[in-house]
Amino acid sequence: MIAARFRHAYPGFALDVDLTLPGRGVTALFGHSGSGKTTLLRCIAGLERAQGRLSIDDAVWQDDTTFVPTHRRPIGYVFQEASLFPHLSVQGNLDYGMKRCGCRPAEADFQKIIDLLGIGTLLDRQPDRLSGGERQRVAIARALLTAPRLLLMDEPLAALDLARKNEILPYLERLHDELEIPVLYVSHAPDEVARLADHIVVMEGGRAVAQGPLTDTLARLDLPILSLRLGEDAGVVLDGTVVERDENWQLARIGFSGGTVWVRDGGHDLGHHVRVRILARDVSVALEPQHDSSILNCLPAEVAEIANDAHPALALVKLKLGNSAVVARLTRRSACGLDLKPGAQVYAQIKAVALIG
Amino acid sequence: MLNPSDWSAVWLTLKLAGVTTALLLLIGTPIAWWLARTRSWWKGPVGAVVALPIVLPPTVLGFYLLLVMGPNGVVGQLTQWAGIGLLPFTFWGLVVASVFYSMPFVVQPLQNAFEAIGERPLEAAATLRASPRDAFFSVAVPLARPGFLTASILGFAHTVGEFGVVLMIGGNIPDKTRVVSVQIYDHVEALEYAEAHWLAGGMVVFSFLVLLALYTLNPTGRKK
Repeated sequence: MIAARFRHAYPGFALDVDLTLPGRGVTALFGHSGSGKTTLLRCIAGLERAQGRLSIDDAVWQDDTTFVPTHRRPIGYVFQEASLFPHLSVQGNLDYGMKRCGCRPAEADFQKIIDLLGIGTLLDRQPDRLSGGERQRVAIARALLTAPRLLLMDEPLAALDLARKNEILPYLERLHDELEIPVLYVSHAPDEVARLADHIVVMEGGRAVAQGPLTDTLARLDLPILSLRLGEDAGVVLDGTVVERDENWQLARIGFSGGTVWVRDGGHDLGHHVRVRILARDVSVALEPQHDSSILNCLPAEVAEIANDAHPALALVKLKLGNSAVVARLTRRSACGLDLKPGAQVYAQIKAVALIG
Repeated sequence: MLNPSDWSAVWLTLKLAGVTTALLLLIGTPIAWWLARTRSWWKGPVGAVVALPIVLPPTVLGFYLLLVMGPNGVVGQLTQWAGIGLLPFTFWGLVVASVFYSMPFVVQPLQNAFEAIGERPLEAAATLRASPRDAFFSVAVPLARPGFLTASILGFAHTVGEFGVVLMIGGNIPDKTRVVSVQIYDHVEALEYAEAHWLAGGMVVFSFLVLLALYTLNPTGRKK
């Protein structure tokens, strides 16, 4: 468990956070640029000095009398630009941290990380002969090879174009599945957060305005993050498993607590854990089940909450599907015409479900 | 061709430039590192003092060094007390003067090189468990290599080209303080133009080769 409390006034903005972050899984620090998410990450790394307290499990890294310098903190840090040492080869870069952490990994562990990031063929190259995506993968491996207790990633994909991004994301997803250590992942990209995060901390103006498990937090209508921060990307993610594959139509049925949805078959085996993302704009509401519609996914649901959206013509409606929830973006006129109220039994029609790994 | 006293002057010049450059790399590196990274108020004044020899006539520098290192100067009394004697008109007096005189030509390229590295590689090194000292030697110095090359060449070449300071501090003592530039002056005064040509032409060739080396060996110097 990571307990971080920082208070510090910088020119132009003040960091003021008090967070307890889970000791496992990926926590996204999400917010616009200037919201303080990178500053917070740098404070946790010790690269920035702010007043406060920081502890990882029972180790205190900073309080009123202690400040453990960065090079004595067992962290891995991935910068926005890969920051490989240009005077060292890829192998030299990997060795740099391994030599100094006093924890040279066994050959098998070294190989595992090299394979996980797919950099086995790059070891003899110089950093300036790598693509942006390759460089970032080497930087991640370099950080992991120091056996950190905490991995900090500062928008590792932000400096890459879309193609490079899509090249790295699968590696990050594998990390997510395999890593035992907590990861703090700074991002302003909703799609990255939806794919990678288990928890989310929403930063704004130097403060954490919301935090919690990703699935719950994205479905909270009392927070402005859905309508204001995410805009067109407002929506929820659901964790589920593949329960059926229809080879005829190339579809897979994903079961989650509260129902099942059909998605395009992503090639996952039965029982495989997957995550789907349902955007609010792709969900509509009907009072009767629609059988003469092209929409595959039509689930019984209960209206839980109705809130105003950013535009006055629109409303966000939270629909409970068992233990899960989806959010629908409707016009206020439709919500009124259907007489939607909390507790009403309706059908959620989901036009598009994205399988995101 | 060169006579034995010419050769002696050449050897003395190379020795002076070599010793001065070595000392300057030792003294100048920490100063350049500090100047490149400090946010202190002192950065401006210290940088200006280091750069003074670029602007001042060498005679001014030589004059004050002569006073300070002379029998009544602070440094002079210190060296006498320490049993070293007086520095002016000795080889080591020339070395001290040259260190001041050539300081900006070593410090400034190093400072530029350190500034060009930026904060990021050092932060990356810290997150990989390198202490600040470790990061300096394992990251900053290798990355500043072009700067070290430039600083060495300029420091060496500039010391070879000294004249005014040498006359003020060193005088014109054969085998001790008579360097090539002074030797040329003596030849010209004595109307020995042929001898002056050999040395002067040699200096032109030497300077050209040094600068050629600087501009061809160091293409990364301009790279961002």
